[in-house]
Parts: sequence; structure tokens; C-alpha cells
Amino acid sequence: MSDTRQAARYTEYHPRWYRPRVSTWWWLGRWPYLKFILREISSVFVAWFVVVLLQQIRALSRGPEAYAAFERWLQNPLIVLLNLITLFFVVFHAITWFNVAASAMAIRFHGKRVPDLLIVGTNYAAWAAISLVVAWFLVRS
Amino acid sequence: MPETISLEVLRYSPERDAEPSFQRYDVPLHKDWVVLDALNYIKDKVDGSLTFRWSCRMGICGSCGMMVNGEPKLTCATFLSNYAKENKPVRVQPLRYFPVIRDLVVEVTDFMTKLQSVKPWLIRGDGKPISEGEYLQTPEQLDRYKQFSMCINCMLCYAACPVYGLDPVFIGPAAIALAQRYNMDSRDEGAHERMDVLAQHEGIWGCTFVGECTKVCPKHVDPAGAIQQYKLTATIERFKSFLMPWAAK
Amino acid sequence: MDISYHDVLLVGGGGAGLRAAIAAAETNPNLSVAVVSKVYPMRSHTVSAEGGAAGVIKPGDTLDDHAYDTISGGDWLCDQDAVEIFVKEAPEELLRLEHWGCPWSRDPDGRIAVRAFGGMKKMRTWFADDKTGFHLLHTLFQTTLKYNAVTRYDEWFVTRLLVDEGRVQGVVALQLMSGRIQAITAKSVILCTGGCGRVFPFTTNASIKTGDGMALAFQAGTPLKDMEFVQYHPTGLPFTGILITEAARAEGGHLINKNGYRYLQDYNLGTPTPQPVLRNMELGPRDRLSQAFVKEVEKGHTTDTPYGPVVHLDLRHLGEKVINTRLPFVRELCLKYENIDPIKELIPVRPVIHYMMGGVHTDNNGATPLAGLYAAGEVACVSINGANRLGSNSLPELLVFGARAGRAAALAAMEQRTPSEHAISQAQDEKARLEEQFLRKTAGRERVATIRSEMHQAMESGAGIYRNQTSLENAADKLRELRERFRDIGLDDHSLTFNTELLAALELSFMLDVGSAIVESALHRTESRGAHQRTDFAGRDDQNFLAHTLIFRNPDGRIRLEKAPVVITRWPPAERVYGVKPDVKEVAAR
Repeated sequence: MSDTRQAARYTEYHPRWYRPRVSTWWWLGRWPYLKFILREISSVFVAWFVVVLLQQIRALSRGPEAYAAFERWLQNPLIVLLNLITLFFVVFHAITWFNVAASAMAIRFHGKRVPDLLIVGTNYAAWAAISLVVAWFLVRS
Repeated sequence: MPETISLEVLRYSPERDAEPSFQRYDVPLHKDWVVLDALNYIKDKVDGSLTFRWSCRMGICGSCGMMVNGEPKLTCATFLSNYAKENKPVRVQPLRYFPVIRDLVVEVTDFMTKLQSVKPWLIRGDGKPISEGEYLQTPEQLDRYKQFSMCINCMLCYAACPVYGLDPVFIGPAAIALAQRYNMDSRDEGAHERMDVLAQHEGIWGCTFVGECTKVCPKHVDPAGAIQQYKLTATIERFKSFLMPWAAK
Repeated sequence: MDISYHDVLLVGGGGAGLRAAIAAAETNPNLSVAVVSKVYPMRSHTVSAEGGAAGVIKPGDTLDDHAYDTISGGDWLCDQDAVEIFVKEAPEELLRLEHWGCPWSRDPDGRIAVRAFGGMKKMRTWFADDKTGFHLLHTLFQTTLKYNAVTRYDEWFVTRLLVDEGRVQGVVALQLMSGRIQAITAKSVILCTGGCGRVFPFTTNASIKTGDGMALAFQAGTPLKDMEFVQYHPTGLPFTGILITEAARAEGGHLINKNGYRYLQDYNLGTPTPQPVLRNMELGPRDRLSQAFVKEVEKGHTTDTPYGPVVHLDLRHLGEKVINTRLPFVRELCLKYENIDPIKELIPVRPVIHYMMGGVHTDNNGATPLAGLYAAGEVACVSINGANRLGSNSLPELLVFGARAGRAAALAAMEQRTPSEHAISQAQDEKARLEEQFLRKTAGRERVATIRSEMHQAMESGAGIYRNQTSLENAADKLRELRERFRDIGLDDHSLTFNTELLAALELSFMLDVGSAIVESALHRTESRGAHQRTDFAGRDDQNFLAHTLIFRNPDGRIRLEKAPVVITRWPPAERVYGVKPDVKEVAAR
């Protein structure tokens, strides 16, 4: 099919199309769009977390002194705030992912699709379980 | 119920207007009238120059998609009476994110090209002669892709997709769902050929889970689901070819 | 004047057009094949077909059975050689669709499933849920996307055929988006524009079905065949024409008039029973139900609505559970497109035009008497449908004869020939005509919508379910008047860009021609057969009318009618029996 070739031939008689401009604030009107923009913005905080991690590794390699300084730096209210925001986005991403898991994983059992709720529920349950295990390790030490 | 309802319809004539503008019409309000009926009333009785596409008026030809009060809708399945209580005119605009040719008619070559780009036809290595009968397919196998085969190409999902709006190279919901319709078909062997188009940045990875495409779909195709499923498939394939390069085709 | 050159040109991109395009491209991959369509192909009306496609595939069924059902259903006006070709090739074509990916519904073992259908005595109707036409069209469209030899002219409208030296040399077409008018030449042209339901006010047909191909052929001097045979469906929603399937009545729905009375008992259709009985009352034959409606209108027993008289289909007594489990699609259509809930409300219904048996006269390869011109699908009349089409025969018809026309047209196009100078100058004349009559004219006083609705009135009252000489002559006079008034048409829209009012005017002029052909053919046939019911000539008259009606338009504009013989091979005409046990009475052939 020569759609593109054809389109090129059409342009000779091509009326001036109107291309509506998308308003800068288009994403405020609708919650799914706002979430979309939030996820896009979250990349900044993901990058921030990479920086924190690199700092941590550097402090670790320089010995106990440097690591103590790193821990003091972490207690700075501004840094705490930034990390809280980062945590928020990590949880936000996790929830987004778990919620789409049902449509991403069209699992079939005996020819029938496993209900969405079961898949999503299993995911959340696994999340909770693993979080508990991790928490237990942290508290114990 | 009041006897009339007002419509604000976007008008744009490239030969006359630099910018589009809204024109207001009052039309009779009947219980069984949809937005499309109001447009036809205007065209027949008031202003013959109002321009829009339509054909079947039963939600299967996919021609009459427009923005109604900011939502992508099939105007043949959108009752005027739903808007009667709002006491303000119903806004009818062309489908969002497409160039406007005139009034409510948008340009769809981009969409058609994208449909074609995913190779939406049955690909098979052999070529069983017709005389040997059908390819067997159980109802369960049919059920795996049936939902994705229901797309009427009305493009409402593109008008709902901010990714397509911001970055028009995105292949978009309907085209990916159509690719997945063939990928999931037990008779098809073309999944590998389609992967080149789908598993690129403009393909599935452009999608960031907005999910509005599935919400506006009048045929319950669930393009968002198709995209997420394919993300999983593509990731697994990628790992396979990374870990077992000898197994890759 | 721009000119583009192709070998095979399809006018219309529905089921028949796309099947023909693929057949032509496969016959000779070196040919340049083009599809000109006034809508994007997947918008074509094939998409609306619900029920299914008949093709013999199951053990216990035979080609002869399918042929006999088709021929008796068509009241012996089918050409039996064409029917034999049709029933033989239908399963092959349906299988080919399967190989192209059509999601046919399946039996548990993975084989094609079939179901029963009205008029078919064996189960042989293939289906893809209740969206068979949709899946068929989309499968065909998606399959054409892999053929590089097929060029599409989407949203181009053909305004006339170029005919010179006794053969078709191409078309003149208008590109909607830009208003550009150009010649598209070809060595073979295949008309696949579908039927003309929009000539009538109440129809299941989409707005695009305006008989364009019939009018194009007719204007070029090609005869139309059996145009008096127009099929009604007894229960459509008024205004939208959406079909309410027979299943609603089979589940126990009642047809009632404005007094709440089940009026069918007054028309020899049996007596009301608590449970639905086959061939009784609401389950009587389609045409008899439609005819009873007309009698109720005459008695004043129908309800008046803004869309004319209606009766009501009452499903309320079936209850929510039955409606939701047995008739979900009926409820969905009513709720989604009419804002009526059949659980609580009566459904207004009336007979609506469904299908055109007649069309452009072709042979078994889709060739018309005009060299280089072919037709296939609803626009054509081969004829396998005779006086009444059987449900689920139209989809296989467009595949079988689309493919045959595509192959024949491709073979014919392989001879080298360049379009004549004169044909090109015709295109120039056409361009001038369109500009002068529509785009530049500002003084016209008639509106498209007015003439169109008067045409609807004339067709409905003159050539509707029942016709007679007076009603038909009145309709003929009215159409003549409308054609005259059409010359004074004035458009609000003089734009070149996507001028849908110009399109509507051109379609209207086509419909006026097709409407006249229907009326004149109906006047000519002074008998009642199948879908053609004359109150002044009750009963079938094989002595004089076991023949096709051919209607021609002479170059001077005058109409000429002829009869053509019906091909009878193995099934001599017999009585078409409804209801009670068939006691087939042989009627002497001729």
C-alpha cells in the first residue's frame, strides 16, 4: 500500500490544516493526566536517589569518619524532605505498577482468565509480605 | 425536559478562517436524539455547510468520533439528554490531537500509516492450501485475542492519549492493540516480525500507564492492557536474547 | 486536468471492492490496482452485517441443498447457473477469509461453527459472534495492507464514468479533502459501491448507501436488472433503522398496535398462543409481517411518531432475566442508540428497507454489457438473489463475485491500451459541470434536504411494501418533478475543502436516478413475486414474468425496459411455501 506516496501526491492540493495548540495546563483537568505528569516529574527524584546512593558508596569507601558525616548530612531537614518525596514517588510507582499488573498479565487457568482482583491482590500481598520480612531484618539488627 | 438544547460547534474553514471559532445552534431536544442527530438537524435545516463525518449510526463504522464537552465520544452513541441538566451549551469539537481539515473533520493519514506499520495481517510460514480446510482454533484460543479484534478504528483512544498528544511519533493504543490481536492469534507466526516496530521507543515504551485509552474505548478493546501485556513479552524476549543469544532467531 | 493511470480500478472499498482488489493483485502482481472509495474502507457498510455467511462445510449438508434454498427463497428468479457457482465457491472463499485471519466462531474441537438461519434448511451459516460483517471487512482491509500493488484513493467520490470507443476508460473523481477533480484512468473498472437503501426513508442502511454505482452504470447506458425487488425487514427501529433481530420475537416478544392488540391474528397469521410457535403470529414470514403493518396503518391502528407510524414490540412480559440472558444485544442497541429500555418500555418498530436484490446487470464473472465495466456485491445483480435474498447469502456473494470480477477484470486489463484523448476531454467537461452547477452557482433555491425528504416520501408511498399502478405512476411523476427541481439546487457551502454538502447533492442526483429505475421497473412487472407485491396484480405469473427486468437509459435520456430470460438448470419453478408443511406443487416452467 502506498499511503505515504499517496499522501505526498495529495499535498499539492492540500488545504491548510489547523493544528490546535495544547494548552500548557492541559494536565490539570483530569486526575489520570495529573498522575501521568507526576510520573514524568518523578524522574527528577529518581535521579536524586541515584545521587544519594553514589554519595553513600563514596562515604563507605572513605571509612567510618566520612560515613558518619554522610549520616549527619542525611539528617538535614531539607534532605529528609527530599527523601520523603522520593519515597512517595517510589510507592506511587509501585501502586501504578501493581494496578496495571492485572491487564499486563493475562494469565489463564483452565481456559479462563484469572480474575483481575486475584492478580492485583496477590501482588499487593507479596509486596506486604516482602516489606515485612525486610522490616524484620532491619528492626532485628 | 426542556424543548431545545444549545450546541457550541467548532467551525473552521481553511479557505476563510485563520483560527477556528465556536458557533452556537439551538436544536430540538428529543429523548432518542444523539449528538450526531443534532448535527444532522443543523446540516439539513439550518446550515448546510457544517462539516462532519458519519455513516452507520450504530457504533460500528467508527466515523463519528468527536470531542463532546471535552471527552472523546462516538457521537452516534451520546444522547443529548445526558447534557440537558447542565444548563450550558454542549461543546462539540473535532477529535483532539489530530490536525483539523475542516469543522469537525480531522486528518487521519498518520493513524492509517501507523495501523499498517504493525503488519496487521496473518503471517504464516507455510501456506496451507484452501482445499485442506481451516486452521483449527479452539474457542479458548479464539478468546485469547478476540477482545483486541473488536477495534473499529474510531481513534477515540488517540484523542484520549496524552503521550500521542505530546509526541505524535508514538504508535498509539489502537495500532498496538491490533498488533497484539495478531500476536495472540494461535494461527499467526508473525510476532517476531512485529517486534521490531513494537519494541522500540515509539512503540510500547512510549506508553506510561495513563490508561485513558481503555476508558474511552466504545468497544471495550482495552488497548492499555494490550500495551502492558506486550511490555512483559518484550522484556522477557529481551532477557532471553541477552542470556541465550544462541536461542534468538 | 490531472490524470492518474491504473490498470484495474475499484470503485468502492467495502467487502466486494477489497476482495476484488486482492484478486486482481494476485492474478497479476505487475498490474497497478487502485481502490477509490468515498469513505475509508473500514467504514464501508459491510461492517454492519450481523448474522453470518452461508457456506456448505458440515457433513450432512450439500451444495444442492444450499442452491435449492437460495432458488426457492428467491421465488425462482435466480439464475441457477450463477447459484451453482455461488454455492460451490462460497465455502472456498469463507475458508480463504479464515486463512487471512477472520475470527470465525468455533466448535469446541476447533473447527468452524455454523448456525441456523431463516430460510436455510440446514445449519450452514458461518458467523463471528453477531459482528460477522465487521470482522469480515476488517480482515479483508488489513489483508489488503500487505499488497503493495494496491493504491488507495480514500475519501474520493466518483462522479462519472469515462466511456469512449464503446468501453470504460476510467472515472472522474473528486477528492473530498481538497476539492480537486481529476481523471483516474484504468483499463478495467469494477463497481463495488453497495446498495441504495437511502433512496427510502426508513432503512437499516448507512448514510453512505446512496446507489452511486448503480447510477454511474445507468448513466453510462448499462442496464440495471430487477430493480423492483427491494427487501424489507419487519422490525427496525424507526428513525435510526437499527434492526431488532427476529430472536426478540422468537423469545416471545409481541407485536402490538396502538390499542395494545396483537394485530397479526387479523391477517391469517394464526392465533395468539402463550408460548411462541414457529411460523405462527410474530414468527410468520418477514414479508407477511411487513404487509400486515401496512394494513394496520391503513386502518389507523398505528401510533404516530415524529418519524411516522409505528407499532410496538413488547418484551416487558419476558422479564429482566430473559432479556438480559437471551437478548443482551437487543437491549444494548435500544439503550445505547435509542435511549429505550425494553425491560420497562415498548420498542417502537416498523418495516425498514434492508437490501437491494436488483442492481447492475452482470454475467457470472461480474462483467456488464459495457466493455471494461464490472460490478460485484450489492450494487450488482448476477442474479443469485432473485426476487428475495436469503439471510446470510450477501456476505459470501460479495466474496465469490468480488473475487471473480477481480480476476476477470485483471485478465482483461493485461491488454495494453492507453486512455483516449476524448475520454480525457470528458473529464474536463465533468469538472466544468461540477463547478458550474454546484460550486460557483449562488442563485439556486432548492435545498438538498428538502428534495431528499420529498423523494423519501415518494418512494415510501409509491414503491413501498405494496405497490400498484396508481401509486407507482404518482411516484414516477414526483421523481420527474424532483429531478427538474434538482436543477435549481443551491448549496450553502461553496468551499473546496471537504464539501459534504456538495457530496450530498451529488448523491441525491444519483438517488433520484436509482429511485426512478426502481419505480419504472416496478411498473413494468405486473405480477407479485417475492419482495415485489402489486395489489393490482396479486400472484406470480410465470407465463409472462419468469424473466429479469432490464432497464436502460438511452443517450437521449429516455427509459427503455426489456425482459431477459432466467437461467433454469435443474430446479423447475415451484410454489414458494411458507408456514405449514410444504406440499410442493410443481408449476409448469413457462
